[in-house]
Amino acid sequence: MSDLTDRAVIAELQQHIERIEGPRGRARIVLPFGISEIDRRLPGGGLALGALHEVAGGGNGAVDGAAAGLFTAGIAARTRGKVLWCVTRPDLFAPALSQAGLQSDRVIYLDGGDEKTILVCFEEGLRHGGLGAVVAEVARLPMTASRRLQLAAEGSGTIGIALRRWRRQTEASDFGQPTAATTRWRVSVLPSTPLPVPGVGRPRWLVELIRCRAGESADFELEACDDTGHLHLPPDLVHGPGQAEGGRRSASA
Amino acid sequence: MLAADAAAQAAGLRVGMTVTKALALVRDLVIEDADPAADAAALERLAVWMLQHFAPIVAADPPDGIVIDSTGADHLHGGEAAMLATIVAKLGGVGLRARTAIADTWSVAHALARFDARPSYVSRPGHAATDIAPLPIAALRLVPEGVDSLCVLGFTRVGDLLAQPRAPLALRFGPELGRRLDQAIGQIAEPIEPIRPRELIEVRRTFAEPIGAPETIARSIGRLVGQLCDALEQKGLGARRLDLICHRVDNRVQAVRAGTGLPLRDVKRMTRLLCDKIETIDPGFGIEVMTLTATMAEPLMPKQAVSTLVEEAVPDISDLIDLLANRVGEQKLYRVMPVASDVPERSVRHIPALAPETGADWPGRWPRPPRLLARAEPIDTVALLPDHPPVSFVWRGVRRRVKRADGPERIFGEWWKCDPELAAVRDYFRIEDDAGERYWVFRAGDGEDPLTGSQRWFLHGIFG
Repeated sequence: MSDLTDRAVIAELQQHIERIEGPRGRARIVLPFGISEIDRRLPGGGLALGALHEVAGGGNGAVDGAAAGLFTAGIAARTRGKVLWCVTRPDLFAPALSQAGLQSDRVIYLDGGDEKTILVCFEEGLRHGGLGAVVAEVARLPMTASRRLQLAAEGSGTIGIALRRWRRQTEASDFGQPTAATTRWRVSVLPSTPLPVPGVGRPRWLVELIRCRAGESADFELEACDDTGHLHLPPDLVHGPGQAEGGRRSASA
Repeated sequence: MLAADAAAQAAGLRVGMTVTKALALVRDLVIEDADPAADAAALERLAVWMLQHFAPIVAADPPDGIVIDSTGADHLHGGEAAMLATIVAKLGGVGLRARTAIADTWSVAHALARFDARPSYVSRPGHAATDIAPLPIAALRLVPEGVDSLCVLGFTRVGDLLAQPRAPLALRFGPELGRRLDQAIGQIAEPIEPIRPRELIEVRRTFAEPIGAPETIARSIGRLVGQLCDALEQKGLGARRLDLICHRVDNRVQAVRAGTGLPLRDVKRMTRLLCDKIETIDPGFGIEVMTLTATMAEPLMPKQAVSTLVEEAVPDISDLIDLLANRVGEQKLYRVMPVASDVPERSVRHIPALAPETGADWPGRWPRPPRLLARAEPIDTVALLPDHPPVSFVWRGVRRRVKRADGPERIFGEWWKCDPELAAVRDYFRIEDDAGERYWVFRAGDGEDPLTGSQRWFLHGIFG
């Protein structure tokens, strides 16, 4: 009986918080990953559209951002409409994005030169509302900037993804600083799915949900995006939430 | 004889020769009467073209030059040096050989373009005096007699004159010399009187009191845009380039240029584009006249809006593209299209962000890395030849053991593009180290024949 009362109280408090946070009707729309293990952990059952999300690579991926970039491309591929991708370093290779489901016609690249310009253009893209997703590769994301981006995303319903990428691995400690982003992800590479023959199998990632507003953090071991941008559970893990073998590792060793 | 190009000078012809002497030197010389009026008209036409393509303030600088105020316009072309390169390339395309220079003042740019050995020269800001000092006196745009008499006195370089006290010079040569020197080093303003072709659609506002506050400027821009849109509508046109020119009370001119990807006749969007640039306008003591010009206009037809229920409206993002393009430059905003080439770095090309969709895509048979290094980096490897992947490799000082590998994917040189690639081969491997990091490496060569490449290994990309 007391359990029911507790639940009622909690629900009432949650409604109260939502009233304080303001009208978020559109922010409620979510983009599910299609994997119940992940979607269950995210409030609303998926990645919130109309919100800012942060993605970074782990280990050497903090510098090259390759796995994080593909993870982001997979999310962007599952939205509708054009995608604005703001870069500072021109090393993004478009054929790989196309293989993650993001066709070349859908992506508009913006080579901003410096981070300040990137943030300005990022916000402008989010505010417009006609885009499916806006991605920006930034190293620093101050609280003020992230708050502005989050508000812009809430206003338009466009999903914004800040792909955090640093020049040096030591600078990646910046990822511990608080921002206004709704979720924060870290994507690290894992050895690929073993094949019965020599060769590289399907890439695997350790996807860590480090921070999630109104949710709890979690780790997932997943297979990389297919050509429609969908992640998959590794076949040996489909029938149970078995712990990722090996877990976190330092890639530069 | 009034002009001589490189071929003519090689034949011994010089400007100022008589026709009979020239005929004696070159037997089958074709003689044409000089037509200064037609030359001036052609120069004017070229200036109008420059106005439409490069900057809002352009003037013909007879007999053979065009002066452009590039302030606030060069970023649209990727910077000053890139803008000069574009100008030279575009003029080269129609058979004109151009020499260009950018400097602080008109005089210095004029002198550098004509008397500097480099065909394109971008001077650093604040170096007007040092740039013009080593140039000959003739670079100062004086009358020929003045140049001669200065040479008689032993002055050969502009620097000699800059070092002299002005009073005796003015006494001997009149005020013109001092004026030219001051113009060169930027002590006297030398305004450019911009060309205004009659067919341009232009609206103008004169203020009773000079304005300066950003809000006031924004309000005036709004009114000007309204008038301009009315004028454009009467002709059925849409603007591709908008130039806002502010004449200040101190007789200086501030210009703002905005470009659009598609013809545009929308008051709100045009105002937004121009108001975005207000911070670049320096009102000084106030602006007394503002003109707004549609420098480039194209026909704009009314479009059918979505009228059925099944058809879904595609969100229009051209306004966002215009806004961003005016902020970062048109070249910095692009889409990437496939090119039919197996060489990875040649398989992409940039097209304008608003180009029509093609639906083309890369053949997806082979995995491609999301990060491709701008230049393949050499790595030290231990590998069995000819067709095994490396066993281990050292990249950026870190040794990595290869656990799994895929390949080779052999890519042949494109012999139809250049001869040295006739035999060239690259063997690409996708390798994974024991930490799970995946890389794209290649060997230049097939592992056997030295003609096919250096047999060295390179790291080209990073897989996710």
